[in-house]
Amino acid sequence: MLLIPCPYCGPRPEIEFAYGGEAHVVRAADPRQVDDAGWTEFLYFRNNPRGDHAERWRHAFGCGRFFNVKRNTYTDQIEASYRIGETRP
Amino acid sequence: MTQAFRRAKGGRIDRSRTLSFSFDGKSYAGHPGDTLASALLANGVHLVGRSFKYHRPRGILTAGSEEPNALVGVGRDDAHYTPNLRAPQVELYDGLVSESQNRSPSLTRDYAAINDVFWRFIPSGFYYKTFMWPKKAWTKFFEPRIREMAGLGRSPKTPDAARYAQRFAHCDVLVVGAGPAGIAAALSAAKTGARVILCDEQAEPGGALLAEPDAMIDGVSAAQWLQGALAQLAAHKNVRVLPRTIAFGYFPHNLIGLAQSLTDHEGERDDAKPRGRLWQVRAGEVIIAAGAIERPLVFPDNDRPGIMLAEAARIYLERYGVLPGQRALIFTAHDGAYRTALALHRAGCEIAGIVDLRPKADGPWVEAARQAGLEVHAAATVTATRGRLRLTGATIAPIKGGSAIEVACDTLLMSGGFTPSVHLFSQSRGKLVFDATLDAFLPGAPAEACRVVGSAAGLASLQEALESGAEAGGGGTRHQAANAPVAQGGFIGVVPYHGDPGAVRAFLDYQNDVTAKDVMLALREGMQSVEHVKRFTTNGMASDQGKLSNMNALAIMSAVLHKPVPAIGTTTFRMPYTPVPFGYFAGYARGELFEPARRTAIDGWAAAQGAVFEDVGLWKRARYFPRGAEDMHKAVARECAAVRQGVGIFDASTLGKIEVVGPDAAEFLNRMYINAWTKLAPGKLRYGILLREDGFIIDDGVIGRISDTRFHVTTTTGGAARVLGMMEDYLQTEFPELNVWLTSTTEQYAVIAVQGPKARAVVAPLVEGADLSAEALPHMSMVECRVAGVPARLFRVSFTGELGFEINVPADYGQAVWEALMACGQPHGITPYGTETMHVLRAEKGYIIVGQETDGTVTPDDVGYGGMIGKAKPDFVGKRALARKAFAAQTNRKQLVGLLTDDPALLLDEGAQIVADPTQPKPMTMLGHITSSYWSETLGRSIALALLRDGRARTGERLHVPQHDGTARVTVVSPVFYDPEGARLNG
Repeated sequence: MLLIPCPYCGPRPEIEFAYGGEAHVVRAADPRQVDDAGWTEFLYFRNNPRGDHAERWRHAFGCGRFFNVKRNTYTDQIEASYRIGETRP
Repeated sequence: MTQAFRRAKGGRIDRSRTLSFSFDGKSYAGHPGDTLASALLANGVHLVGRSFKYHRPRGILTAGSEEPNALVGVGRDDAHYTPNLRAPQVELYDGLVSESQNRSPSLTRDYAAINDVFWRFIPSGFYYKTFMWPKKAWTKFFEPRIREMAGLGRSPKTPDAARYAQRFAHCDVLVVGAGPAGIAAALSAAKTGARVILCDEQAEPGGALLAEPDAMIDGVSAAQWLQGALAQLAAHKNVRVLPRTIAFGYFPHNLIGLAQSLTDHEGERDDAKPRGRLWQVRAGEVIIAAGAIERPLVFPDNDRPGIMLAEAARIYLERYGVLPGQRALIFTAHDGAYRTALALHRAGCEIAGIVDLRPKADGPWVEAARQAGLEVHAAATVTATRGRLRLTGATIAPIKGGSAIEVACDTLLMSGGFTPSVHLFSQSRGKLVFDATLDAFLPGAPAEACRVVGSAAGLASLQEALESGAEAGGGGTRHQAANAPVAQGGFIGVVPYHGDPGAVRAFLDYQNDVTAKDVMLALREGMQSVEHVKRFTTNGMASDQGKLSNMNALAIMSAVLHKPVPAIGTTTFRMPYTPVPFGYFAGYARGELFEPARRTAIDGWAAAQGAVFEDVGLWKRARYFPRGAEDMHKAVARECAAVRQGVGIFDASTLGKIEVVGPDAAEFLNRMYINAWTKLAPGKLRYGILLREDGFIIDDGVIGRISDTRFHVTTTTGGAARVLGMMEDYLQTEFPELNVWLTSTTEQYAVIAVQGPKARAVVAPLVEGADLSAEALPHMSMVECRVAGVPARLFRVSFTGELGFEINVPADYGQAVWEALMACGQPHGITPYGTETMHVLRAEKGYIIVGQETDGTVTPDDVGYGGMIGKAKPDFVGKRALARKAFAAQTNRKQLVGLLTDDPALLLDEGAQIVADPTQPKPMTMLGHITSSYWSETLGRSIALALLRDGRARTGERLHVPQHDGTARVTVVSPVFYDPEGARLNG
């Protein structure tokens, strides 16, 4: 069970969190400007790396906030966690 | 009741008390401090089990949790019975009832031992090649027989009477193993002020020190040092020592699973006390001091009762005062067995000789044995053993060949050296490195904050163990060991035995009955990878996970494949280190605590009325209210008629409710739901549809505008949490500029639906501060008022097609308001109805249920709600996806339709497929499927809703629905079966 550092509450066990998928998948401010291929990419395509991965978590049974985590998918080690809107370290 | 093999003194048992226990129905005596294994050995009992496949008689092999043979069932009755316990780990108590396993009818006469006679015909993998013909025989004959034979132990037939506790803990240092290295580590860590947990699988902490009569530590005997060290640890308030606690699993981020046995050793267990406790420990650092496990030697017939590991025999002698037999032959490649020989010799056990595989037997241990007059056969091997239920003799031969000698012995003690216990370290994903001088895999680079100390790290001497522990603890403590000469040596693989490899059985994995020959067969069959060989032979796949066998199997592979051991690699170690009863994991989550039941404020009332409930998510919902002997069909028909003709009352409290508040609330809903919200006036309701970003319906519900800045959103019962989570996601991550607050109010309101032509007459007398007339409160509007004196949000809304109200009141007043409405409705014949009637009434009106008419691939247009989409809105969740050309190009999407069967009494199966031509050869072209199907009392016939390709254009078409009992003929109609103009709704 991972120990996830919530940027608002500190380190908490994984059971308090809900996984939110890959981070930094940008929803266009005006989706009408995006072509079908771009929107399909946005809807369905995600990275699945062996190694560093930026992903969203929600502290569902805590503060309720979404935030981002940089986790190595091979070692499970978490390098950083940061708030929504902050740039990936 | 004699303990013929118990010495008069020595060991850590309490001879002042005698305990009585039974094994296979026979009574024996032992003492406090004994294990089941030591007590059996004290009574001269070696034969304790039959092997898994060949049903060969087997004896106690080890003195620890790695025991593969002595697996026993323990417990006075089925409610307290645990199968497959390892006898060396079962603490003796007075009245202990135990039995052997895998034999029928008894250990000495076992019918399935016939397998041993035919062993040549059932090698590894035989079941992959046999039982193939005739085809039917597999299910009818072979499988039932094999199932009967397979499996170890007997599952108890009654529920476990025990209860189990669970606990989370945090510490700076977790030390696994309380041998010399672990204790030194704990002492050292405690000195730094760290919070320390020290756990050990045995009843008594101490590990190797519990069988150490010679060594001195810090100037005192090992036993005295141990006593002092434990007292010191007990005095530290930051140190917790957990005996009888197995560290069974190493999980990411230094979370360690511990299984602590609490009452198993207490005899007649008190069921009120927890039997065991599962610990989830988050440790700053883990120090693994798990020790090392002695390896058997692989030689012909190395599994007869009386054959034991040498160190195990010494432990039985030193710790329990038990002699393994009267005349022992030692077979070794390691100095440790010499120590056993010398100790047994001093204790009065005859030594039939020491057979040493090593070409030059020398060094202080060998010298000591020779000086004691023990015969040492250097560069020699054991080529055969004799004896069926107990060893009677063995054959010794020089390795290089030459004349063999027969010796008589009732015990053979073997040692192939020691394998560091790297299981936990490997579970932590730390890298293992092969050490060619030790012939062992040792911990390499760690993946977590953990260190391995003592013999688990391959350190052989007591001094090194103490030093490595003290250093890892970080407290700068030092210890000095004396009179503890290091023992060295080791051997992996099959020993030379001069015989025909096809004709002998030299066991590698005792528990799974895997022989050296099986591994060679696997290699001949083309397996190259250690993982494949493991699965083909099942070597290492028993509950001991190859603790005794892995290294020997690797050495055989290495020899046959001409590859060094590290090039072959080792299998992955997985949790649990030793088996943990399921009860530990279930913990408190049993019975009513397994899953919480959510109950509405009116639940008690409904139960008292005899309602039949159904599960909807975690909610318990009243499904129907039978009167007298009514079945569901009759009750639902009556409830439906009551709502259509008079008035019904329904508990809708489980509907999800979210309060959406803030200056941007309307804009937020604009972006979430397909509908337009800006122009919805306060006091008005609108049916909203929510899509996922991919354009498919995920939820729906009526939304009321309370004020300019406040909305009362309802969701489906099952979707409440999902919708709130989705709203939070968009609000926090995509639309953070919107000033909106979301609050779940599902549990805050009880919701009472009063539906039917007489609904107004029932509700109006209880309402203060609102006019319920059709003009003042038309369909799809709301008002804040008081109902039965309670503040309420009164919705004029209907999911039945009748005039209806949904009354939201604070949950605590739910039952009171319900009862007031019942009293007020009495003269009008008010009838409580359940979810089944609700389903029928809504289906008659063609109202969809998300999850029934939709399945995650349904768009608003598919269910005929395309017109609700706010056309002027630039964006909402799912809008861009629906605009994709891929959607526009699809001309035959499934659309919601109604179906009427030719036979009005015929009920279609929900989920049944719809076809145009029932005579078409299979596979038929499937046009759609039935989503809802009910008997409609109102229409006096069956009705169905369906998703049908290009369905709306097919209105009037005649189609077919193949069912389990014949094909039904149907006609496609509008999904609204009843009151399509909505006159009743607006009444």
